[in-house]
Amino acid sequence: MSSQVPSPASGPGRTAIFVPPTPPQCPQQQVSARTTNRPRFRGIDFPPLVWVCVAAIPLAFLVLFFAWPVISLVGRGFFDDGQFSMDGVAQVVASGRTWRIVGQTLSQSLVGTLLAVLLGIPGAYVLYRMDFPGRKLLRALVSVPFVLPSVVVGVAFSSLISENGWLGFLGLKETFAAVVAALVFFNYSLVVRQVGVLWARLDDRQAQAALTLGASPMRVLFTVTLPALLPAIASAASLTFLFCASAFGVVLVLGGISYGTIETEIYYQTAQSLNLPVAAALSILQLVIVSICLLISNRARTRSELALKLNPAAPSVRRGRKGTVFQSPPGDDPKLRSWQRRRRASSPVYSSGWKSLSVALTAISTLLVGLPLTSLLYRSLQTKEGLGIGNYLALMSKPKALTVSVWEATRNSLTTASAAAAIALALGFLVCFVLSRNPRSKATRLALSFLDSAFMLPLGVSAVTVGFGFLITLNRPPVDLRGSWLLIPIAQAMVALPLVVRTLLPTWRGIDPRLRQAAATLGAGPGRILCTVDLPLVARAFGLAVGLSFATSLGEFGATTFLARPDAPTLPVAIYRLSSRPGVENLGMAMAASVLLAVLTALVMAAAEALSGEKSRI
Amino acid sequence: MSHRLAAFALAAVLLAGCAGQPASTQTPASETAGPTESKTLTVISHESFVISDEDKAKFEEQTGYSVTYSALGDAGTVVSQLVLTKDNPLGDVVFGVDNTFAGKALEEGVFSTYNTQALSADVLGKYALQGAEAGQLTPIDYGEVCLNADDTWFADKKLAIPQTLDDLLKPEYKGLLVVSSPATSSPGLAFLFTTRAAKGDAYLDYWKALKDNGLKVVSGWEDAYNVEFSAVGGGNYPLVLSYNTSPASTVKDGKATTSTLTQTCFQQTEYAGVLKGAQNEVGAQKFIDFLLSEGYQSTIPDSMWMFPVNPSAKVPEDWEKYAAKIDKPWTLPVDQTAEFREQWIKEWTETVVG
Repeated sequence: MSSQVPSPASGPGRTAIFVPPTPPQCPQQQVSARTTNRPRFRGIDFPPLVWVCVAAIPLAFLVLFFAWPVISLVGRGFFDDGQFSMDGVAQVVASGRTWRIVGQTLSQSLVGTLLAVLLGIPGAYVLYRMDFPGRKLLRALVSVPFVLPSVVVGVAFSSLISENGWLGFLGLKETFAAVVAALVFFNYSLVVRQVGVLWARLDDRQAQAALTLGASPMRVLFTVTLPALLPAIASAASLTFLFCASAFGVVLVLGGISYGTIETEIYYQTAQSLNLPVAAALSILQLVIVSICLLISNRARTRSELALKLNPAAPSVRRGRKGTVFQSPPGDDPKLRSWQRRRRASSPVYSSGWKSLSVALTAISTLLVGLPLTSLLYRSLQTKEGLGIGNYLALMSKPKALTVSVWEATRNSLTTASAAAAIALALGFLVCFVLSRNPRSKATRLALSFLDSAFMLPLGVSAVTVGFGFLITLNRPPVDLRGSWLLIPIAQAMVALPLVVRTLLPTWRGIDPRLRQAAATLGAGPGRILCTVDLPLVARAFGLAVGLSFATSLGEFGATTFLARPDAPTLPVAIYRLSSRPGVENLGMAMAASVLLAVLTALVMAAAEALSGEKSRI
Repeated sequence: MSHRLAAFALAAVLLAGCAGQPASTQTPASETAGPTESKTLTVISHESFVISDEDKAKFEEQTGYSVTYSALGDAGTVVSQLVLTKDNPLGDVVFGVDNTFAGKALEEGVFSTYNTQALSADVLGKYALQGAEAGQLTPIDYGEVCLNADDTWFADKKLAIPQTLDDLLKPEYKGLLVVSSPATSSPGLAFLFTTRAAKGDAYLDYWKALKDNGLKVVSGWEDAYNVEFSAVGGGNYPLVLSYNTSPASTVKDGKATTSTLTQTCFQQTEYAGVLKGAQNEVGAQKFIDFLLSEGYQSTIPDSMWMFPVNPSAKVPEDWEKYAAKIDKPWTLPVDQTAEFREQWIKEWTETVVG
């Protein structure tokens, strides 16, 4: 690292002392000092038209399958018989219930997000920075809840906390705490992953430098490490907030009847009452809250990215060392790898206090995640004849409540999820490609930030609004998709897309521009730079994005329930149908099918982990 | 670099333009004389509709149509969607509109008239919607939403099982009943109608008294029956809102461990109807007849947990034995349920939930 670079933690940056033996550096050293001026090289970027075209594809998708349906439906709420009317808004604003519901939605989402982040950061440290046997298994395990259908989580949780459940003595049933616990259960792994993936690749040298300059380990954690992780934390927090604010099934089951959120109210007003004016007003309210959340998280991200920019942080150096452009990756050298591992294991950057705290908090979180899953497993083994695998054997046959066997439903799920993941990844790739750039003009930056938020919106808008919007827009030529099989993967892809973007983008944006500049000075064109600089570095996050989008569509229930054909139910739909029939057998099968879904999910996430895991640790 | 922004904006405007077009160039449905027919048939249903592969093949073979099945969510959601798309219907025929939701669809004129000859007028008349124009909706199956009791629990406590709605207010039954909310579940709504039918305008007082006697309300049937009910979920409530057929699913050693409170039942009937503006009205009518055929009707108990309306259809032995016959279920005229459903739910929410 060049010695002119100031270190944020401790004034004069004499950081070069502690640089461990590294392979020869790429020519970035020459440009690093001038990064803040960011000299632009001719030919480093594609011409503007390319950007516009690339952005147009996912944007067209977003407009057609999200914006247009939602605007059409909300529009109907405002136009009663061709007359513009604000009755719905007036009714909603005047109702005291609305504000109680808004309060509940906000407090549930804020507390849920806060807890998920507070538990998730130490979790990310333990699961991505510490070496212990079974780490990969644990990573896969904690990611299971995120993709379980809310019906299953609802039953698993409520059987756990109902009066006779294992945690019945806590008296959590139908309390705010129960809802928040379930939301944390759902979203914990999201924070762990998003933060962990970045943390795994974080270079410790800067922190080590700060330590040698006399900062305490805690001070280093708060002034060096966490700020470097802020883009991922902000991104995870905004996703978690959106998921919490739009949680539906879990709130219905665990919150009991007196507990309403904007989401449940929109569902009720749209699907059950068809009171479109009120539903539209509530949708606008939801949109406002979601937009404010996106605005805040965007600012947090931009600010932290700006901070990273002013201070060419360690990761860039390390990525430089990885030197994909100019040399074979040093990570392929087994000796170096084992040295790095040892170095990490004995890394003095983190105090033992922080380590024990993290381990303790992660143990608690694992318990929070593990208990409902165990209770689910236990219930799946309960049959009329006592404990046994009867329910699993029954899955082979065709249950009377379904037109297909659970295995066929599983196959449907896998096919749909593959299609959905492919769509989400293709679009997500294009979106990130555009968003990863750092244009100089303020206007373009603003446009990009708008684009960024636009692709997050599907997470924050009610599935029922989108589903009903589909009905009134995609039902006539030229886009007549009524009854089309494709609608399901498309709808699922809209939900998975924000996750893909939030997974790929931090890594893509984290690529040091100097690498591209260096490549350009050496004569590489924009296409070559993309293929040799950007793609190999982003590829590490790609495995995770594949896993997340696939697993999300596997478990997607909200939109699917409006679109699934009865002769081709997906696994979550089959689970829901089984659990809504009386009979111990049906419930048992629903539980067994849920365990199947959970195992499938864990396998997918473990595979994604294996695809990207080793590389991301180097 | 502002031209880049301009290009973005242009792209967005162009896209919005393309997207907006189809809505404005819609063609009105052509008015033709006589019922329409086409080679394809689209069946709309709620998510619980089940038809076996054999029956599907049989119907397609009989008629030569290629049939698409489309499930649109629960019964309430289906009706909302039918109303929303009545100008350009989602399909030709719908199954699964029940008497608690039919009112709204009838008011909006979603169906066209079809008087089936598949069953006698006597049989159909027995399940006809009170207060609705004849031939709009054809009954397919029915069930009773009733309170269920955990017989073992009451035997262990040496307590008599309550019989009537009023029994439930007695102090010895304090804290024993769990029901699902009428705002979020269809059995819940049916039970609200039961109390409305039984108590008239005083129904809210009855609910207030129930609440004072330790009533537990949960959001869905699944939670009530599978979690809170002592006989099935191992919960603390030996009285639960469910169906008269539910005891048949609790048979142990040749004896049902739960029973039905026969004086607390509301009849839920599920109907099929031809959608107005259907592309294949003939096919829709044939499908309704097929749903009434003895063969299909015999599959209803096992697959959808309801009783078939066709008297010659087979009903499982267990049901003959364990599903209580309800001679006099509570009922309400359909125009009343349509008009007051929202108001009652709102009043109920204010009274019980607060």
